[in-house]
Amino acid sequence: MDYRSSVEIYTEWDIVAARQLGRNEARKIGFGTVDQARITTAISELARNIYLYAGKGKIEIERLYENGVFGILIIASDQGPGIADMRKVMSDGFTTSGGLGAGMPGVRRLMDEFNVESELNVGTTITAVKWLR
Amino acid sequence: MLEVKRKYKEMVSQYVNSQSEMDLYSGHKLSRQFIEKEISPEEVIGIHKRTLKELFPEMDEKISHSFDFLIEVMIHYGLALQEHQSLIRKQEEHEMEMNIAAKVQDTLLKTKVPNFKGLDIGFVSVPAKQMSGDYAYFVSDEQSYASVAVADVIGKGIPAALCMSMIKFGMDSMQAERSSPRLVLDIVNRIVEESVDDSMFISMFYGKYDAKDSAFSYASAGHEPALLYKADEEKFVELDAKGLLLGVQSNVLYEERTVHLADGDFIAMLTDGVTEVRTEEGFIDEDLIKELLWKVKDEPSQIMADTVYRHLGEMQNFQLRDDFTIIILKKEDKKV
Repeated sequence: MDYRSSVEIYTEWDIVAARQLGRNEARKIGFGTVDQARITTAISELARNIYLYAGKGKIEIERLYENGVFGILIIASDQGPGIADMRKVMSDGFTTSGGLGAGMPGVRRLMDEFNVESELNVGTTITAVKWLR
Repeated sequence: MLEVKRKYKEMVSQYVNSQSEMDLYSGHKLSRQFIEKEISPEEVIGIHKRTLKELFPEMDEKISHSFDFLIEVMIHYGLALQEHQSLIRKQEEHEMEMNIAAKVQDTLLKTKVPNFKGLDIGFVSVPAKQMSGDYAYFVSDEQSYASVAVADVIGKGIPAALCMSMIKFGMDSMQAERSSPRLVLDIVNRIVEESVDDSMFISMFYGKYDAKDSAFSYASAGHEPALLYKADEEKFVELDAKGLLLGVQSNVLYEERTVHLADGDFIAMLTDGVTEVRTEEGFIDEDLIKELLWKVKDEPSQIMADTVYRHLGEMQNFQLRDDFTIIILKKEDKKV
């Protein structure tokens, strides 16, 4: 059942490719139009963060099936500078004023599960899940 | 959710046939339900798209696709709305915490005006925001000595209030009623210099009244001069003494001066929230305060202080720009 595909993020065009991949997968799993758009937006934000702050990284998409429920898993990973102040990054108001778009709180709201692991000068890995209800 | 979708479809179906204002009004009311149920803007468009497909199965596919575009565009509005709601909740929490903090400060800094023979004391202190950066302090043995201090943290709000609490405990730890003003300022200055952030400065006027010879000794750490009214000469004298603001450097020599009070003389100690009252026409004339005080000079001190506050408060519609504190000490006419 586990089926993972990925897009490397180097340029802004890769953000579009990651979106496309995520949307196709979300559609195949059976998400409705609105949820497809939410999942795609989350991928878009994560890919954009990689492009803007880490330079390069990877978006992976995986189909999930647990306890009779389908879902989609997004993994965004990079070997960038890491996140110095996690609280700040995760708090409302920080991203909008900085003009970074929906930012991390936005991604968390768009998805059902959200997790960040980050180490300074090592990199960041963000995983997010949305379940099909 | 299903219920709302069904209603939405019904209303749209009615409206496209009737185009009546009544149906639009129903839509307006429905939007309130959407918001209450936390249905996001993109979700509403999703519902609209599905509704159209059901009502008009023969609708052009391209029009249907155009809604996907709109959904994409609206997702950020939805997020902005959620963020807004969450920030409002956070603000409500902050306001609640502020109210509690203000109450704690009130209890903490509560100061009792002493009942001192031969000296009538009046006192008003009003914060500009919820928490005050002004502080008034009284201590006396109720017979021979009464000491009084008024302090103002440069700045207002929470940081100023926190700073004031520290000053209070610094002063409490001294046997201040008998200490000379210059000594008290010297000690408080050391406390502030050591324990307060470098960006925070405090001005303080400290006075000690000795009933034996009706002498008022005072020292000032960069504070507004106090006003002494001499009843026999019917004129005001400014009481000022040299000394740096508290917290600038650790070794400061504070000058101490003494005046003698006669019956009917009074001293007004103020913070710059009083002297630097600004109205729409600009800063007030400092003679205005003297004039206000002079008019009520025969009233009890508390009424004098209240009058000054009421008058200056009215001038700025009680929208204080700075914390406002005034203390009046009047030598009573009655023979002790």
